[in-house]
Amino acid sequence: MSTDSTGHQKYYVPEKSSIPIVFAVAMLFFGVGAADAVMGKGTTMFFFGVAAVIATMAYWFSVVTRESLAGLDTPQLNNSYVYGMGWFIFSEVMFFAAFFGALFYIRTFSIPWLGGEGATAKGLAGDLLWPEFEATWPPMITPEQSLMGDQALTKGPEENMYLHSLRDIGTWLPLYNTIVLLTSSGTVHFAHMALKDNNRKRFNFWLAITVSLAFIFVILQALEYYEAYAHLGLQLNSGVYGTTFFMLTGFHGMHVLIGGIFLATQLARSAGFNHFTDKEHFGFEAASWYWHFVDVVWVCLFLFVYIL
Amino acid sequence: MSAVVENNNHHDDHHGPQKGFMRWLTTTNHKDIGTLYLWFAFAAFLLGGAFAMGIRAELFEPGLQLMDPIRYNQLVTMHGLIMIFGGVMPAFVGLANWLIPLQIGAPDMAMPRMNNLSFWLLPVAFSILLSTAFMEGGMPGFGWTFYAPLSTNYPNIAYFVFAIHIMGASSIMGSINVVVTIMNMRAPGMTLMKMPLFVWSWLITAYLLIAVMPVLAGAVTMLLMDAYFGTSFFDAAGGGDPVLFQHVFWFFGHPEVYIMILPAFGITSHIISTFSRKPLFGHASMVYAMVSIAVLSFVVWAHHMFTVGMPLVAELFFMWATMLIAIPTGVKVFNWCATIFKGSITYETPMLFAIAFVVLFTIGGFSGLMLAITPADFQYHDTYFVVAHFHYVLVPGAVFSIMAAVYYWLPKWTGNMYDERMGKMHFWLSFIGVNITFFPQHFVGLAGMPRRYADYALQFAEWNAVSSVGAFLFGLSQLLFLYIVVKTVFAGKKATPQVWDGADGLEWTVDSPAPYHTFDVPPKVK
Repeated sequence: MSTDSTGHQKYYVPEKSSIPIVFAVAMLFFGVGAADAVMGKGTTMFFFGVAAVIATMAYWFSVVTRESLAGLDTPQLNNSYVYGMGWFIFSEVMFFAAFFGALFYIRTFSIPWLGGEGATAKGLAGDLLWPEFEATWPPMITPEQSLMGDQALTKGPEENMYLHSLRDIGTWLPLYNTIVLLTSSGTVHFAHMALKDNNRKRFNFWLAITVSLAFIFVILQALEYYEAYAHLGLQLNSGVYGTTFFMLTGFHGMHVLIGGIFLATQLARSAGFNHFTDKEHFGFEAASWYWHFVDVVWVCLFLFVYIL
Repeated sequence: MSAVVENNNHHDDHHGPQKGFMRWLTTTNHKDIGTLYLWFAFAAFLLGGAFAMGIRAELFEPGLQLMDPIRYNQLVTMHGLIMIFGGVMPAFVGLANWLIPLQIGAPDMAMPRMNNLSFWLLPVAFSILLSTAFMEGGMPGFGWTFYAPLSTNYPNIAYFVFAIHIMGASSIMGSINVVVTIMNMRAPGMTLMKMPLFVWSWLITAYLLIAVMPVLAGAVTMLLMDAYFGTSFFDAAGGGDPVLFQHVFWFFGHPEVYIMILPAFGITSHIISTFSRKPLFGHASMVYAMVSIAVLSFVVWAHHMFTVGMPLVAELFFMWATMLIAIPTGVKVFNWCATIFKGSITYETPMLFAIAFVVLFTIGGFSGLMLAITPADFQYHDTYFVVAHFHYVLVPGAVFSIMAAVYYWLPKWTGNMYDERMGKMHFWLSFIGVNITFFPQHFVGLAGMPRRYADYALQFAEWNAVSSVGAFLFGLSQLLFLYIVVKTVFAGKKATPQVWDGADGLEWTVDSPAPYHTFDVPPKVK
């Protein structure tokens, strides 16, 4: 702790740093590279940008970790990290809210209106534009398909991800995914309990289980996507069902991957470098909050994308 | 990243700024970063202003004179994007950086390195956005609101999308920094209700930003996916709905409007109280009013889209919710007037801008109330009446408050007084220019002139010519502002720590110019 003669704790203000500007330049490569890649102008700059962003972030986190080990964080500085992580997770919640909002809007308004429900839609969308389209969820036939059949550019999926009969529940992948994630939320909590008891071995054990479950989830999700593309005729461009299904589960999957890496880093810190004490372990705590958030998002997904 | 060498010289606490250009690239000092933000905003203000001059030059008379309609659309779009994301928002963040630590007695922002990153992402994002000017297909030309399906069929939007993502990341990080600083780093004794109103306004603004910037990120992501990956969010052929875009966008867009005005409320409260030499009337009610405005801002978004064909019950809900906002806003205007009432008033430049803010922002607020009336809005929608409305709240609203803030705190930042005579001249030129520019737009709008067209019917010619003359007057007078600021940075009468004799607050207890590091030891607040 840096404490002056009056016993007052000073807030640690780093003097100057080259990391942020290097990060900003990396983001320039990342942004231009991503746009280039999307528009089919080559992917070299994109991958360079991603690598630069990851390397800078890794270095930045390592610097913060070293500062923490050097005793520069006062309780007040730790509080800043606690608040900061909380607000960051809130911003992530709002990002998912945008996509859930889109899903609810499409299910409650777009699809019924395209099917001719509602005062204004009856004449316009219903009778004039898409007279044959019937509103169902999930829409297996797109409005365009209802008009043009096989000539349509945007076609619905051949099958969807819902559970069709209770007899198939044993082979229904989303259920396994749910079990895996819910279990991992429990195991990360056990790890936290162990750390509070200062039982390092038990902590590492439960954290390792959590990290494995995270990667099992990612693998299962990849399997599901493979199934969808290879056997179910369900793709990103399979009308609005494919759109919402892949965008919601895809962004969630990305967050699971990030959360998994976040947790794995904490495992490496604990097992490899003996970081954390029963009092000071905010790196782990932040990762576990993030993990619970990812878990809650999945519960909503399971409910609104797979069941209802 | 082995090239990055960290200077972890922790024991050397009292030091001045680094010499040379690297100071600005590597700084973690809230005052340096505030300065960077403010100069960036000024540059964007002049660039966006130049685009506006192009627009007004084309509209000086009917017919196409200077540019084809595509170029005109690009100017309109870039004017909006640059002024909002490059001008007003960074200017307020710059003020937040300079003032929040000084006003709450904190040594710096809570996360100084992230603060630096938040700033430097802005030039990155704008380089990407502006680089489209040199590409085939050119700059985006779909308006700053980038409605689908116009935007999904536009060339080069991937650059626009990633530029917006990076601006959003910058805003979110900046806002997290502001919230954490305010929650965690107030000097002992400064309870929430003792907090200066500028700090309060920024706490609420930052909360709004963290809530809605991710929604904007969602909107541009859906756009990108629809444009390049075959999804159907905004495509009825696949089961989506173009109107969905407007819902997602305005869920971001309406709180964004308040993001650009709440800090102005804070600034105005300080300045009016100082130059009336009276404590602000109704401090607590000001706080509650801002909180109410922020909460209501989440449930009024569809008043931007009354004409898209929503169910009647939705139209009514959004109409009444919008009108509710007039109540807390009225509270604020009342409090400002009550503060001025029986004050010992002097009219220095910041006070002139602040009074103009109260009057002209209220005019913009009233035309907003007219637009909120659903049946009437069917007539006003997408006319110049809307353009007049939002320019009244944004230019003599947000921009005037920023100028007021610059004049008010410039002596604290530079240690020099600005030239009062020239400041007043700048104010009157701006005041007259702004009103000549935007007041006639009410008339042509009510007469039916649609917005976002490069050409117009002959009967609108006179008022458009007047408007263009006003715009050039306003635009040119900002060069005077630039001159005044630069001159004050280098010379001028030395400022006292107190600067203004009615000023109250922690920032006036430190020297002018404020030392590089302030409040290393937090002051005690009674």
